[in-house]
Amino acid sequence: MATTIVPGARQHGLPPGPRTQVHTAAATNESALARRALIGVALAYLFVFLGLPLYVVFQEAFRRGLAAYAAAISEPELLHALRLTLLVAAIAVPLNVLFGIAAAWAITKGRVRGRTLLIALADLPLAVSPVIAGLTFMLLFGMQGWFGPWLRAHDIRIAFTVTAVVLATIFVTLPFVARELIPLMEEQGVTEEEAAVTLGASGWQIFRRVTAPNIRWGLLYGIVLCNARAMGEFGAVSVVSGRIRGQTTTLPLHIEILYNEYDFTAAFAASSLLALLAVVTLAAKHLLERSHHAARARIIQEQEEKGS
Amino acid sequence: MSVALDRVSKRFGEFTALDDVSFRVDEGELVALVGPSGSGKSTLLRVVAGLERQDAGVVRIHGEDAAPLGPGDRRIGFVFQHYALFRHMTVFENIAFGLRVRPRRERPAGAEITGVVKDLLQLVELDALGGRYPSELSGGQQQRVALARALAVQPRVLLLDEPFGALDARVRKQLRQWLRTLHDEVKVTTVLVTHDSEEACEVADRVAVMHEGRIAQIGTAAELGRGAGNPFLESFLGESRGTTSPPNRVNYH
Repeated sequence: MATTIVPGARQHGLPPGPRTQVHTAAATNESALARRALIGVALAYLFVFLGLPLYVVFQEAFRRGLAAYAAAISEPELLHALRLTLLVAAIAVPLNVLFGIAAAWAITKGRVRGRTLLIALADLPLAVSPVIAGLTFMLLFGMQGWFGPWLRAHDIRIAFTVTAVVLATIFVTLPFVARELIPLMEEQGVTEEEAAVTLGASGWQIFRRVTAPNIRWGLLYGIVLCNARAMGEFGAVSVVSGRIRGQTTTLPLHIEILYNEYDFTAAFAASSLLALLAVVTLAAKHLLERSHHAARARIIQEQEEKGS
Repeated sequence: MSVALDRVSKRFGEFTALDDVSFRVDEGELVALVGPSGSGKSTLLRVVAGLERQDAGVVRIHGEDAAPLGPGDRRIGFVFQHYALFRHMTVFENIAFGLRVRPRRERPAGAEITGVVKDLLQLVELDALGGRYPSELSGGQQQRVALARALAVQPRVLLLDEPFGALDARVRKQLRQWLRTLHDEVKVTTVLVTHDSEEACEVADRVAVMHEGRIAQIGTAAELGRGAGNPFLESFLGESRGTTSPPNRVNYH
């Protein structure tokens, strides 16, 4: 039976009450100097480890001028790598969103046997080095691998193809959405779903009208992380792709090839594209959140005007 | 509509939550189940709702075996201890939920839904708060929304699981009187689970005392008051009535 101490401030997502505010005020009650020093350290840290590298990427990319940059990023092999990267992300991310939701749902809302095992398995790609993951794939799907003879007999090639790149990316990015959703859905519990079921909602209606709205921000964050990793993955993809230039090289692989060939302008131009993709992803997330909050604020305002 | 349990048992692993329970709630009656934590009263309620499946025995709603029906098809209204309101929906949408999820053919028109919800908001005295979100309401208000939401689907049976357990004493008292008045008004068959026997005796037509998965005794408040002889019953009723020293009153939660 449920325990009751506080009328469920946590479960029900109540906004922090006055007590929390007092607490925060007390917690930041250091001297102004100490506060500034802390902020300064944090900012310097961010600048050195995040800002500076980003700046250097663009600075190097444009070192030989705009024309050289334009030439570098319109080079066919690079464009192919860019397209492949987007394609891989476009396949891997939706699949892992589906898997993540299904796994989190099963683990937190259902009564599944072996849920610990499922959680551990979903974590595996985070624990294993991507290079090892890539090698494992080769052991399974390579010509000399376990399924090698069977694949050869059926004239299917996986190793060193785009398929291998997609598979390896799916494996590496598998945990992100599930990992984001499991703790969130665990905390939210099942009572809203139980309430919905007693009111006659079907499984799909419960998911769409009750569960999904409650998890959407966690889901969005998981998608952003998953996407970032899918587009940036190097180790596993490097092993399984065979790095066939203009065929199986994704953007990160292509950048490394260019760099190894001392083509720094092109390498950094390609890097700038990858950085831009990351910025676009983050901006999209930010805009979605903002438009949601704006819509919500508008609704509340309208209600208050109606009420008064 | 009546609810009847016939020799219902339910185990969770080694723990026996319901041990061969038979009992009946008549049409329009309000029955309270009291008992300490772990006595099986919430499990009984969840079995009636279909949220748990009994291992043995039969649950009949209006004489009809409920086994083939899922929780959504039993036409019950369930009110949870922690309200379980949909946090991302307004009060209005919470109450309308049960009507909006009906299959298209049975779903009332938009205007009709609005009418039903408005009437219910009035019934639970929250007319002005339809546009609020649950987090913007007090506990007592949230529980009244939960009740309105359960009533919106015109349930045959209303099941209340510790509905006032999370509220402070003053609000709890108000709400239980209000619940009694409401029940006299809408006359829906109701089962109320509580660990507070005073609350049970004040609100219910009949009170069933549960102990270790069985119904120890069942009767009107007056009958139970007289009904001595069972040592557990005496101590349990005594404790919650505050005949023992009030500061040490055992709260089973």
